Amino acid sequence: MVPPATFASYYGRPIVKTAPWERDIPAYLFLGGMAAGSSLLAAGADLRNLPELRRVARIGAFVGGAAGTAALIHDLGRPMRFLNMLRTAKPTSPMSVGTWVLAAYGPLASAAATAEIAAMMPRRLPIAGRVLALSARPAGVLAAALAPALAAYTGVLLSDTATPAWHAARRELPFVFAGSAAASAGGLAMVGTCLEQAAPARRMAVGGAVVALVMEARMERSMGLSAETLHAGTAKRLMNASRALTAGGAIGAAVFGVRNRRAAQVSGVALLAGSVCARFAIFEAGQQSARDPRYTVVPQRDRLQRAANA
Amino acid sequence: MSRWTRTADPAADAGWKNAPPRKGFFTDSSICIGCKACEVACKEWNGIPEDGLEMLGMSYDNTGSLGASTWRHVAFIEQPRRAVAASGLTPLPVVAARPGENRSFDGAETGIRWLMSSDVCKHCTNAACLDVCPTGSLMRTEFGTVVVQDDICNGCGYCIPACPFGVIDRRQGPPGTRNVGIAQKCTLCYDRLGDGMTPACAQACPTQSIQYGDLDELRVRAQHRVDALHAAGVADAQLYGADPNDGIGGAGAFFLLLDEPEVYGLPPDPVVTTRDLPAMWRTAAIAGATLLAGAAVAFVRARS
Amino acid sequence: MAECHPVGFQWVMEAKDRGATVIHIDPRFTRTSAMADLYVPLRAGSDIAFLGGIINYILSGEKYFREYVVSYTNAATIISEDFQDADQLDGFFSGFDPKTGTYDTTSWAYEGMETAAAAGSRAVAGRQPPAQAGGGGDELGGRGAALPHSEVRRDESLEDPFCVFQILKRHYARYTPEMVERICGVPPDQFAKVCEAVTANSGRERTTSWVYSVGWTQHSVGVQYIRGAAIIQLLLGNMGRPGGGILALRGHASIQGSTDIPTLFDLLPGYLPMPKAGVHGSLDDYLTSIKSDRQKGFWTAADTYVVSLLKAWWGDAATPENDFGFGWLPRINADHSNYQTIVDMLDGKVEGYFLLGQNPAVGSANGKMQRLAMSRLQWLVVRDLNLIESATFWKDGPEIATGEMRTEDIATEVFFLPAAAHTEKDGTFTQTQRLLQWHHKAVEPSGDCRSELHFFYHLGRMLRERLETSALDRDLPLRQLVWEYPLLQGDEPDAEAVLREINGCHLSGEKAGQLLNSFVEMKADGSTAGGCWIYTGVYSDGVNQSARRKPGSEQSWVAPEWGWAWPMNRRILYNRASADPAGRPWSERKAYVWWDEAAGKWTGHDVPDFQATKAPTFRPEPGIGGPDGLAGDDPFIMQSDGKGWLYAPSGLLDGPLPVHYEPIESPLRNAMHTQQSNPTREMFPRTENLSSPSPPDLGAEVFPYVVTTYRLTEHHTAGGMSRWSPYLAELQPEFFCEVSPELAAERGLEHLGWATIVTARTAIEARVLVTDRLTPLTVGGRVIHQIGLPYHWGVGGGGAIVSGDSANDLMGVSLDPNVHIQESKAAACDIQPGRRPTGAALPRFVEAYRQRAGLSVDTGTTRITPPGDGT
Ligand SMILES: Nc1nc2c(c(=O)[nH]1)N[C@H]1C(S)=C(S)[C@@H](COP(=O)(O)OP(=O)(O)OC[C@H]3O[C@@H](n4cnc5c(=O)[nH]c(N)nc54)[C@H](O)[C@@H]3O)O[C@H]1N2
Ligand SMILES: Nc1nc2c(c(=O)[nH]1)N[C@H]1C(S)=C(S)[C@@H](COP(=O)(O)OP(=O)(O)OC[C@H]3O[C@@H](n4cnc5c(=O)[nH]c(N)nc54)[C@H](O)[C@@H]3O)O[C@H]1N2
Ligand code: SF4
Ligand code: SF4
Ligand code: SF4
Ligand code: SF4
Ligand code: SF4
Ligand SMILES: [Mo]
Repeated sequence: MVPPATFASYYGRPIVKTAPWERDIPAYLFLGGMAAGSSLLAAGADLRNLPELRRVARIGAFVGGAAGTAALIHDLGRPMRFLNMLRTAKPTSPMSVGTWVLAAYGPLASAAATAEIAAMMPRRLPIAGRVLALSARPAGVLAAALAPALAAYTGVLLSDTATPAWHAARRELPFVFAGSAAASAGGLAMVGTCLEQAAPARRMAVGGAVVALVMEARMERSMGLSAETLHAGTAKRLMNASRALTAGGAIGAAVFGVRNRRAAQVSGVALLAGSVCARFAIFEAGQQSARDPRYTVVPQRDRLQRAANA
Repeated sequence: MSRWTRTADPAADAGWKNAPPRKGFFTDSSICIGCKACEVACKEWNGIPEDGLEMLGMSYDNTGSLGASTWRHVAFIEQPRRAVAASGLTPLPVVAARPGENRSFDGAETGIRWLMSSDVCKHCTNAACLDVCPTGSLMRTEFGTVVVQDDICNGCGYCIPACPFGVIDRRQGPPGTRNVGIAQKCTLCYDRLGDGMTPACAQACPTQSIQYGDLDELRVRAQHRVDALHAAGVADAQLYGADPNDGIGGAGAFFLLLDEPEVYGLPPDPVVTTRDLPAMWRTAAIAGATLLAGAAVAFVRARS
Repeated sequence: MAECHPVGFQWVMEAKDRGATVIHIDPRFTRTSAMADLYVPLRAGSDIAFLGGIINYILSGEKYFREYVVSYTNAATIISEDFQDADQLDGFFSGFDPKTGTYDTTSWAYEGMETAAAAGSRAVAGRQPPAQAGGGGDELGGRGAALPHSEVRRDESLEDPFCVFQILKRHYARYTPEMVERICGVPPDQFAKVCEAVTANSGRERTTSWVYSVGWTQHSVGVQYIRGAAIIQLLLGNMGRPGGGILALRGHASIQGSTDIPTLFDLLPGYLPMPKAGVHGSLDDYLTSIKSDRQKGFWTAADTYVVSLLKAWWGDAATPENDFGFGWLPRINADHSNYQTIVDMLDGKVEGYFLLGQNPAVGSANGKMQRLAMSRLQWLVVRDLNLIESATFWKDGPEIATGEMRTEDIATEVFFLPAAAHTEKDGTFTQTQRLLQWHHKAVEPSGDCRSELHFFYHLGRMLRERLETSALDRDLPLRQLVWEYPLLQGDEPDAEAVLREINGCHLSGEKAGQLLNSFVEMKADGSTAGGCWIYTGVYSDGVNQSARRKPGSEQSWVAPEWGWAWPMNRRILYNRASADPAGRPWSERKAYVWWDEAAGKWTGHDVPDFQATKAPTFRPEPGIGGPDGLAGDDPFIMQSDGKGWLYAPSGLLDGPLPVHYEPIESPLRNAMHTQQSNPTREMFPRTENLSSPSPPDLGAEVFPYVVTTYRLTEHHTAGGMSRWSPYLAELQPEFFCEVSPELAAERGLEHLGWATIVTARTAIEARVLVTDRLTPLTVGGRVIHQIGLPYHWGVGGGGAIVSGDSANDLMGVSLDPNVHIQESKAAACDIQPGRRPTGAALPRFVEAYRQRAGLSVDTGTTRITPPGDGT
């Protein structure tokens, strides 16, 4: 047992403030990641001519992107002013960067998805349909080009704060989120696509899950004291659930999902759920680390001590 | 990529031409009497709504912390007889007698310390809140201070977890509350500075615990003060936020404390989060690339 | 001081910065203690023993400033051989009359003045007729008590056994450090530090000042606390010198002003006593009773002050033939002080009541008695900024909740008139340094709010209009009154015109119409008018001197051009004492005012408080009175013998020297004397105002703790201005009690939980703040716990942002006999965890306590304590 760190605080009050964000933000983290992974799948499917996978992935990307954006706007203190984000572009602000990425990605993903939806309509739209069909591929490929940024920047979004757990996780968080994005997108595609066309989705899901699990384990080691927040309370339950679901989903996908559609679907749902749980777990851990001044004070004291010793 | 550069002149950095000397606060907690005039003056001047009517039991502090509707906050710390005796701390602030003047006794006599200190936004040289603000609502003024532009902020809330001191917050309250939903914090009385006036809190402070002025000059004054206190045997006296080489590039509002910062609810070694941002972007780039590569690999054998 | 006078405290911090040592003596560790070099906790109500201990230390250790003491105080003066001291009579001075509870002060007199003293001011000023309970002394204010003449016998060797100095020595010999510990709970080593610091910091080179406020005054012996400090300061030579003095911190912004131009029942402006019915038939009767032409000092010119005042009020109608209208002045026939008036209200003797800037339902001791009393009025006018509890008690006071009062039974008609705040009107504040400071209106009052000036001017105008045709003699004073003031916007009288009237002017002669520059220009022949002699000069040269705001950095350190101080813009009174008897500064460091031999006059940093050209060596012919009777080394020019009074031969009702008495409600037996508490205290024994027993009476153990009341920086008094302000209310939102961790453990009180506090009057509830700032004291071998209660909260009122039980509901009314101030700084109580009963259960709960303690109306009213220790 690590002896409890002794530290002084002001009546146990937090030093840093928790982010004022509600469930919208972890939901967005998940949705955005899923959208990004889906765009990659959609582009690959398009290029490799896997229409069913393409359709599911494009729609997934669109829905994820749109719902994520809605969640983001909803979370603003002044939602009517959401466009103010676009009055400036700041590389020092991951949120600004992310907003621009999302702003560029959203229309592209929508365009690609609209073509799918238009194609599904019973009555063909003569000219518009043609234009949509023609622009779908470039739009989808461009969306896929932005997708890695969309999937990974959210790691920076959280890490670039004084929230102890998030900042301490900065070296791994983008990987965890990218992996989780791949796993969830793969999972979604496995749910909606026939076995024959779902192979790339399965591979992406399994690969993503492995990366997410491995990097998450590494993250907990490098987080130091604030990793405790992942080992207690809601964050712990969510993280445990996430691990089980992600690992289970990946195994299910790799072992049974190849042949059994039902198994693939169950695995896909598990991966989606695993990704949701991971995002909420990390979100909650960060908030908890901000609430307890120990996670602010003790590591900083240690740092000062090390500097003094050096 | 980050704005995290060691700068002596953040206003010039931000593009102000012929900026006046950087302004700031030196809050000397050794002479704070905890009257809270600063809290009230700030609220009066800035028209800030009431911030809750709860008794907190934290000595005489019923405000709790800085926040969207509390831009000055006076901390009260009672250090009990036993703890003070055991720790060997100086039991209270004593001030240097003039050379040659004798004191018949020193501060150890009161047996209990009651520390008071008025906290405020630090107006960091490297301000995380400003760095991360996606709208540009947070800006650097010509006085080197950091100010929210109420009409631009959309309440994204990003500045809130970014601030290493937990200063800024989003105002809550019923609809109709002034500036509800947007980020609020000390403006260093930007509207008064422009007219050559002293910030309301400093103006109201009866003991000059809050000293306003040119930051350079304040730093010199503060150093003299801390030296004087050390000479008088107050070994715990320390400056906080005065060092331009610290993790935030030095605070525009810095403090003289009589105990460790965390005792007052301040982080002992604050670092602007964006100092690590270039590395974080690199990590994200690799992660993104990994994702892209992984996706490509997933399709290697795929064909319909 | 940091708590209640934070703005003034900046000077303490400045002094500290220059090396001053700050000592804080208080039952509680406060924001002031936090800044002090030495904090001394003591038992509330024990300061006379503490101060007496210091006096003993000074005298027995020969630490006094001998030259100052011999020349400037009455140390050398011989006292009547008839005088017997409290140490001889076990807590009494000679002359006590057990039937009336008063002293015949004849035997206290200076030798050779015994008979005259009886016929002098004391007897004339008079006490209540014995039938009436309660006291009624003179408010002496800025005035020393009168003497028949100033020919005293002195022994400057200070050896005569009947000289003041020797009496003082004997009187304080028993105030040893051990006794201080036994009474105050201050250990000898800590006490020694105070004694050493105070004495080491006094003398030629250094001065010490004492700062007090209501922690010293609100006691049944409050005046004698201050006297204790006065004796120390005179012995150490700290009066009339820079950095010295006894600084009475004041309360409301112009509380000093409201004693100068008084709201007190027994004073006229400028500390002239109120004429008494049946005693002061004529102006001459009156004048001879307040001064003797054979005494020294400036009071001998009281006739010019009085006549000028009468001329200011009645103008041309005041003529030598009609005694300048002296007959029109109201007379007092009895004690009409605040608490007596409340009791009279209870008895149905008062019809109507004006409350202007006062909230007695919360701010006055024994809140229930206050509310009951007001419920027996026919009408009540409340002028206030907010709808305070005193205006709404009839519908939402605590007694409505308990059923002790029913709204439908209360016939009082309440008029609420909204008042303009000080920021909404022009006028002056007079603060503790006697500095008048003009404040300009910043904004127009909103809505129906009006200033007091507006209210009184127009009330007077309307009354005069109604009486225009009255033929009744009794209406003459009102009809003849000078009542002309220019009206400004909104029919607001011009406040500067009022200040000019107060300053005074020449009425006839070549300067007719010109403003007076100094009160020495006042005449007794009716050729000058002036509303308050001590304020004359505030408009000198036709300029509103109180409006001066020259920054300190642009003038000398005395800063004479900031505002205006009475009298004559002197910043330190009696500053002749800052020079030695020969007129040289005591030291370079402390030079303030001195005799310039070459120029033949007094000069210095301040306006000399002495006749400008009177040489230090001047000695008057015997028998000469008035200013000319002052010798060149008589610095205390308002005193009837020119000296600072270590011993007060007259002017006080409870003794010429301070004696330690226990508070009326005390858990302890008086360790000094058999006599437990002040035998001359003013009492109101009645069912609405029960007291709990103190030793030796049985039952004291039911109320084992000491409770004291006080203020928080965040609130103001009864809360009318702070509990209605969100920015202040949020800083201290709830009523709480402060207890030590030890008491919390003893009684099971939890931090932030609730406690019920009970006294003989009632029980209230408060949130608990357990704090190391309160410390149990070991007093007389017993551990004494003290409970602190801020008194800012109240129940009811319209629109208060925060409310809570009122500490004053706990306090009883017993008063200092000299100034009728209530003992709200020390009482006995019990404390229990949890909330108090509500509704009708509350009176039952209190009744059970009363029965256990065996309370009756007579409890605590014995004037002469029988021997015994109460066990
Ligand atoms: N913030 C604020 N300022 C105020 C006021 C206010 O309400 N709020 N009120 C104004 C008014 S009206 C007045 S009169 C002044 C009063 O100013 P203060 O006299 O300073 O006020 P209090 O807090 O009532 O009492 C002072 C101290 O006396 C202590 N005390 C109690 N009993 C004893 C005792 O027996 N001996 C000694 N040595 N100390 C004792 C109390 O613990 C308390 O700390 O303040 C004025 N200023
Ligand atoms: N237990 C206990 N009781 C105490 C004391 C204590 O220490 N302990 N202290 C005592 C002392 S020192 C004092 S001074 C009293 C104070 O007690 P009070 O005088 O009864 O109470 P305040 O709350 O000061 O009342 C002043 C009122 O004046 C109003 N006001 C302000 N400005 C103006 C104005 O310009 N015009 C008019 N018309 N109204 C105005 C305010 O709103 C406020 O309601 O309390 C006394 N009672
Ligand atoms: S203290 Fe916080 S809110 Fe203030 S400038 Fe620094 S980062 Fe911004
Ligand atoms: S809440 Fe407002 S000030 Fe803060 S980061 Fe967002 S837009 Fe900028
Ligand atoms: S500088 Fe102005 S805004 Fe900032 S705390 Fe002081 S009064 Fe408030
Ligand atoms: S105004 Fe000054 S003395 Fe009062 S609490 Fe604020 S900083 Fe301290
Ligand atoms: S409230 Fe007014 S009078 Fe009292 S200390 Fe503050 S400024 Fe001075
Ligand atoms: Mo007062």
